[in-house]
Amino acid sequence: MTSTPPLPAWGTGGGENEPLLTVEDLHVEFTTRQGVVKAVNGVSYALRAGETLAVLGESGSGKSVTAQAIMGILDTPPARIPKGRVRFRGTDLLRLSEDARSQFRGRRISMIFQDALSALNPVFTVGSQIGEMFQVHQGVSRRDAERRAVELMDRVRIPGARQRLHDYPHQFSGGMRQRIMIAMAIALDPEVLIADEPTTALDVTVQAQIMELLAEVQRESGMGLILITHDLGVVADVADKIVVMYGGRVVENAPVHDVYRSPAHPYTRGLLESVPRIDRKGRELYAIAGMPPNLLDMPPGCAFAPRCPYRQDNCVTDPVPLYRIGATRGSACHYWREVLDGGHG
Amino acid sequence: MGRYLIRRLLQAIPVLLGATLLIYAVVFALPGDPVASMFGEKRMDEDIVNIIREQYHLNDPFIVQYWHYISGVFQGNFGRTFAGVEVSEIIAGKFQVTLNLAFTALVMEAVIGVGLGLYAALRRGRAQDTLVLASTLVLISIPTLVTGFVLQLLLGVKLKQSTGIEIFPVAGVSDGLRSYLLPAFVLAGTSIAYLTRLTRTNLVETLRADYIRTAVAKGMPRRRVIGRHALRNALIPLVTYLGADLGTLMGGAVITETIFNLPGIGQELFRSVYERQQPVVVGIVTLLVLVYILANLIVDLLYAVLDPRIRYE
Repeated sequence: MTSTPPLPAWGTGGGENEPLLTVEDLHVEFTTRQGVVKAVNGVSYALRAGETLAVLGESGSGKSVTAQAIMGILDTPPARIPKGRVRFRGTDLLRLSEDARSQFRGRRISMIFQDALSALNPVFTVGSQIGEMFQVHQGVSRRDAERRAVELMDRVRIPGARQRLHDYPHQFSGGMRQRIMIAMAIALDPEVLIADEPTTALDVTVQAQIMELLAEVQRESGMGLILITHDLGVVADVADKIVVMYGGRVVENAPVHDVYRSPAHPYTRGLLESVPRIDRKGRELYAIAGMPPNLLDMPPGCAFAPRCPYRQDNCVTDPVPLYRIGATRGSACHYWREVLDGGHG
Repeated sequence: MGRYLIRRLLQAIPVLLGATLLIYAVVFALPGDPVASMFGEKRMDEDIVNIIREQYHLNDPFIVQYWHYISGVFQGNFGRTFAGVEVSEIIAGKFQVTLNLAFTALVMEAVIGVGLGLYAALRRGRAQDTLVLASTLVLISIPTLVTGFVLQLLLGVKLKQSTGIEIFPVAGVSDGLRSYLLPAFVLAGTSIAYLTRLTRTNLVETLRADYIRTAVAKGMPRRRVIGRHALRNALIPLVTYLGADLGTLMGGAVITETIFNLPGIGQELFRSVYERQQPVVVGIVTLLVLVYILANLIVDLLYAVLDPRIRYE
């Protein structure tokens, strides 16, 4: 059995490079008829100003739930946060009252969602939905709010912004709708933007444009960006760091290039190998065998063990810490060395 | 929009014609002889009977009778009762009473139904919510006949006896709006219960929508999230229900007007059916159909105002 000391809570080091936002040992559970679903089990990650953190994982891995816990937009009940912290510039958001909390939403931390059509209110014009940010948060007049909405629509490059101010969401294309979401999210110059699968519902060409826009907006404002996705292709160009989640836990945590060069967790490796590549044309595409874990009944050991080609007997029974495997890397696999070496099961 | 309006109004014509024909046929098919009923217990005089039958075209076949009636209607003549009174005269005064009653009921329905539904939706799963759901279910299951007499007794008679002041008059329309309160509540009872449940369900559903999550993520205060973002969307189906219900309320007035002795068209309709006053029955029902058509038209137009995704051309 490998015994490397577990990685301490991620990114708690002080100094000038103090993180903007840290998630520490976060647990989220949902009470359902079938029982308690442990959607997030001790997730930790950190985001610095100007940095892009990609959170990667399949449906049900807990990546969106973590983001919603950061925003404070989980429905409680059924959701419950029994343990953990979300620190924003040192303040633990989870300890704040709902009133104090809402001061952060939209102003300092904002969020965009996967499906912009359903995320925009169908009965209000886009101008009023963007302008609302200024009216409610800054108390500006309706007229000024409209003027600033036009500026924002120009900034996210919606053609003919002034004429389209009074159009409704359904009158825009998918890409334009997501631009409107982005305009709303960056209205008040937030320090952190969480993008929850922002391109999943879009055409491939539009996906690239939206990612470009996000990168550009981030460059200009210096905000931290948390990019939640299940698409490895999206991540490579824009992310600085990657957090890979599986079964409500972080299984790998590393700078983006390290992950692409040499993944340190069997799940990450599986994900990379299941991306279609031109140089492997003609060969059968790799697929990770088995099914995602049942969050109602999690094994005491590694959640990925049933699907893992590196599995040993102790994987199922021994809890796996996030092993520190480098200065800025972590892997939640007892056999990360074998994975790193590229040996294949 | 203009063309849509014209098309809808033109569509109303065959509907109205069909409705009058149908009602005319139904009243025609009723057993019994209207002329005979005029004589009551007295012996019928053959000559007088024949004169009356001739005068009211009662000896003609059904379709000819209908033709006489409908051509009169197009000339603004809704016919006369057997006693010789103009039908339009009878209806005009009584229609106002029923209209007052139905609109009072509609306002009560909208205010109480939406208010109570909102209250329950915001306390979903808690005791208050369960209480609202249970009491509306009870209200739905009790017939208007029962709530009418019970409330008339309790809030009308008993309350007056114990306090000495008449808060809710039990009959007639001599006290203005006050005379309508109790009957309107009785009339609206079932509708209030339905609307409450509809509002609750709709709002609970809407509060789960993605755009509500967006509004919260934008840092909007709870009042704005519910009062603007959610309610505006949840209102759309409620308006449909309310509009369609105006027709139901006017029809339902038959029982309520009888219980509270309100001189409206409901009471008149009941009496006219009993007396086989064909022109009165057809006139009233046609009027009800017209109200129904107009209410639905207004609902459809409101729909386009409330939901920008709907456009008419």
